[in-house]
Amino acid sequence: MKHVTEYRDADLVHVVLDGIRQTVTKPWVLMEICGGQTHAIVRHGIDQLLPTEIELVHGPGCPVCVTPLELIDKSLAIASCTEVIFTSYGDMLRVPGSGSDLFSVRASGGDVRVVYSPLDAVKIAQQNPDREVVFFAIGFETTAPPNAMSVVQAQSLGLKNYSILVSHVRVPPAMHVILGSPHNRVQGFLAAGHVCAVMGYWEYPPIAEKYGVPIVVTGFEPLDIVQGILQATRQLEEGRCEAENAYPRVVTFEGNRPAQKLIERVFEPCDRKWRGIGTIPDSGWRLRQEFAEFDAELRFDVEAIQPDESPLCIAGQILQGLKKPHDCSAFGVKCTPENPLGATMVSSEGACAAYYRYGRHVAGQKQEE
Amino acid sequence: MCLGVPGKIVETYQAGGLKMGKVDFGGVVRETCLEYVPQAEVGDYVVIHVGFAISLVSEEEAQATLEILREIMRLEEELGPEPDTR
Ligand code: SF4
Repeated sequence: MKHVTEYRDADLVHVVLDGIRQTVTKPWVLMEICGGQTHAIVRHGIDQLLPTEIELVHGPGCPVCVTPLELIDKSLAIASCTEVIFTSYGDMLRVPGSGSDLFSVRASGGDVRVVYSPLDAVKIAQQNPDREVVFFAIGFETTAPPNAMSVVQAQSLGLKNYSILVSHVRVPPAMHVILGSPHNRVQGFLAAGHVCAVMGYWEYPPIAEKYGVPIVVTGFEPLDIVQGILQATRQLEEGRCEAENAYPRVVTFEGNRPAQKLIERVFEPCDRKWRGIGTIPDSGWRLRQEFAEFDAELRFDVEAIQPDESPLCIAGQILQGLKKPHDCSAFGVKCTPENPLGATMVSSEGACAAYYRYGRHVAGQKQEE
Repeated sequence: MCLGVPGKIVETYQAGGLKMGKVDFGGVVRETCLEYVPQAEVGDYVVIHVGFAISLVSEEEAQATLEILREIMRLEEELGPEPDTR
């Protein structure tokens, strides 16, 4: 496939890996922000091909992982209502709430449907005028334009039975939290390529400057990832800290203006709680007042829910790059993809899921010895 | 979830007031919303995320990146790998 195959060419990847080896002289800690990149790194074994000086820690860019438990519990309450068709990306179904998950709600009779796109949810609302159709609108900047479009589309179609349960988060506020922590180890970032496809990277130069860290916009194929690592390493070795673009075939500095405009029209910034991390000021988007009728939280009375998180789960620290999955005592023992304690074990972008799936059970192996 | 896959636009049309298109991912063709890439035409490559094109792939940038690397590889093959002097 064009624009994919070339970027998996092992020979080219090794050219860049050689470049990294020739550049690096001392240890550096880089964080890839996006969970999709975490999976690509572990799946292709890039972490093991890198010189030992380069350590990769995994970032918070996993929307399923950071969606707050309260909201999962709300989704379960809404999905259990008989008049509701609850639609969601497939990843959310196994995410553990306080007592249950969407999968179990479906098994006990709830009408929970997996959709590929929010426009599919709008279609379901059109086809089922006597039912309430709710879409679980989670995600980072990449997913906000599709979700915003679904609301605008539902409005222009005059649909009264469509609403979204919003849990939108943004990357830059999380970078501030990570870099501002006294325990921070991150010295450079691989910025999430598809977040930047939408938002551009004009938000990053001030962050790079304020904290003295290079930020390199990075794609998702093996060649893209090693290229991002090479550029970040080069900056660190040369004592530079700039926002650079290693994914120029997809990302521009300005980003996608039409998409940014629609986000702005439909959503407004708000404080948002991140699962395991806590509330980050101005880190999310919620529906603007003009679109309040499409807000599932207002439409369904599910305010007072007291969530109950597993005390063993350290996903919040993993998502901030402070710990690795095998540092968790539950990893692979009490917490597996079949019986997850935290969202990070079920999401296709969760670091715990990646470590489990690709056999990075370092802590588990030590226990067996 | 922020995964995006590049595909080639094979058809564009209007549906429900939106610019839509058929996008080919190496043989699998899917319907895609093209509202966010108004300049995109048949034959262009776009990155698709949850049924929406979020970016038009720049052929020039793609070629430039690959050319530099292929050039380095050709040189390495001719000269042998650069010795690691550390
Ligand atoms: S292994 Fe399970 S319990 Fe441990 S941090 Fe990951 S998701 Fe949480």
